[in-house]
Amino acid sequence: MRYAAKKLAMMLLTMVIVSFLAFLAFQIIPGDPTARLLGADATTESVAALRAELGLDRPFFARYGAWMQGALRGDFGRSYSYAMPVSELLAGKIGITALLTAVSFLLIVLVSLPTGVLLCARERPGLDRAANAVNQIIMAVPPFFTGILMTLVFGLMLRWFVPGSFVSPSEDFWRSTAYLFFPALAIALPRIAMTVKMLRASVRGELDKDYVRTAYSRGNSRWQALYRHVLRNAVVPTVAFLAMAAADLVAGSVVIEQVFSVPGLGRLLLTSIANRDYPVVQAIVVILALWVVLVNGGADLLNQRLDPRLRLS
Amino acid sequence: MLEVRDLHVQFHGVDHEAVRGISFTVENGEILGLVGESGSGKTVTAMVISALLGADRAAIRGRIVLDGVDLLSAAGSTIHQVQGKDICVVFQEPMSAMDPVMRIGPQVEECLRLHTKLNKAERRARALQALRDAELQDAEAIYEKYPHELSGGMLQRVMIAAAIISRPKLLLADEPTTALDVTVQAQILALLKRLNEERGMSILFISHNLNVVRKLCRRVAVMEKGRIVETADTEAVFYHPQADYTKRLIAAIPTRRKLHDG
Repeated sequence: MRYAAKKLAMMLLTMVIVSFLAFLAFQIIPGDPTARLLGADATTESVAALRAELGLDRPFFARYGAWMQGALRGDFGRSYSYAMPVSELLAGKIGITALLTAVSFLLIVLVSLPTGVLLCARERPGLDRAANAVNQIIMAVPPFFTGILMTLVFGLMLRWFVPGSFVSPSEDFWRSTAYLFFPALAIALPRIAMTVKMLRASVRGELDKDYVRTAYSRGNSRWQALYRHVLRNAVVPTVAFLAMAAADLVAGSVVIEQVFSVPGLGRLLLTSIANRDYPVVQAIVVILALWVVLVNGGADLLNQRLDPRLRLS
Repeated sequence: MLEVRDLHVQFHGVDHEAVRGISFTVENGEILGLVGESGSGKTVTAMVISALLGADRAAIRGRIVLDGVDLLSAAGSTIHQVQGKDICVVFQEPMSAMDPVMRIGPQVEECLRLHTKLNKAERRARALQALRDAELQDAEAIYEKYPHELSGGMLQRVMIAAAIISRPKLLLADEPTTALDVTVQAQILALLKRLNEERGMSILFISHNLNVVRKLCRRVAVMEKGRIVETADTEAVFYHPQADYTKRLIAAIPTRRKLHDG
């Protein structure tokens, strides 16, 4: 119980620090939202008036305090450039990016876990080298490039999907998911390669351990020993890695949403940064931080289920 | 019952043999001691008998016959039938020899799960009985525990329970007491002796410690550099060692007198 409370406090602290740093970053970088909103030929008076209206003339800590107060009540303010409450603006976007991330994460888990284990099912040095080479290549190609390639091959040449024809999941969930398959795959691929590499190394390390010898001595075949004993031991470090990948996927979606014209959080984040739309950026940063914190917490819980030695009595 | 004839083992990529043509037998209901210092080839011998060392890692010649079946020429499927059913192994380090993320119960039952058609409840009953046979108090509670929750001595009893559950013909004990405290060591030796006497279970007991072997085994084979230099009754070896190497081994045992003189 005390452990849970401590963990929760740490999560909250992380969120506060992240939100503060994001706030600070916009204090430091040049650029002003009023310039965007009023255009180049705005008078000094109108700029000053708008700054006062938006509260930008107040000191830094006062503004952060006011934002914090609102955020705690779930009120993230109004967007400067879209003239609507931030929460409303985000509501439509979160679902899309969440779906993209979910499809991508599912691909990572479904592809890399079986592949990593199957590569260890038998000693085959030739296959190992081939798998290593393929892994290196996949890891080295950035998702935006894979994305462009996929748009070209599957979108324009094979016509499996029409680039730019994204439908919102609230309209047609399955069509939306189908469209997101390729962008999801583009961000998933390098992470699949990394997970396979990681899991394979982990399984290799476990195979040399004494308990595997015990399993063999009882008449387990290699496959049985892998499946019954090694896998669960090997997956523990991989879970932490997958949590990092899941957190990282959202960052990947920022870029890939541009490539596939998916109107998700990532695109909104980029335009909002360009527009110096602080309330929107601030809210997205907090959401991303919450996601990272939750995913890591979830991974901790899962690992404690998997490995009894990590449980605290 | 177990007959090893002219066994040679040479690891791939190594220019000398780890085991150089050894022969010995373990009779029904006998405990044979196999002693020698580390590197003498005794553990390699045990690994070959239990099929944990195979052709993929070493060139193996000779015959290992268990009740008329030559294990070295048998097919892989036959070997998997023998492992955990006719031959069971107790290893040196009980903590690392157990799967850390699996409860004790399923680990103790594993041989039954692999080699019998018993259902879950029957396996559990047998496992609890095996834990009691290994002189563990409160078998039900231990059944539910994880390895890191037990002491080394208890874990070695658990390993013994897991090894005797399928009533094997031969128990291979590879330095089973080396990692344990002296008092626990004596208890484990007594347990092995009792299991041998009550069940007539043959044991090949491997140790570098002649004193331990003397407590347990009537007969002993002494190994040096991959060869058996002497096989005889333990007492005879102790009082009238024939091989020079055995004499040196005995001389190396610390005794009270030597400690005082030294």
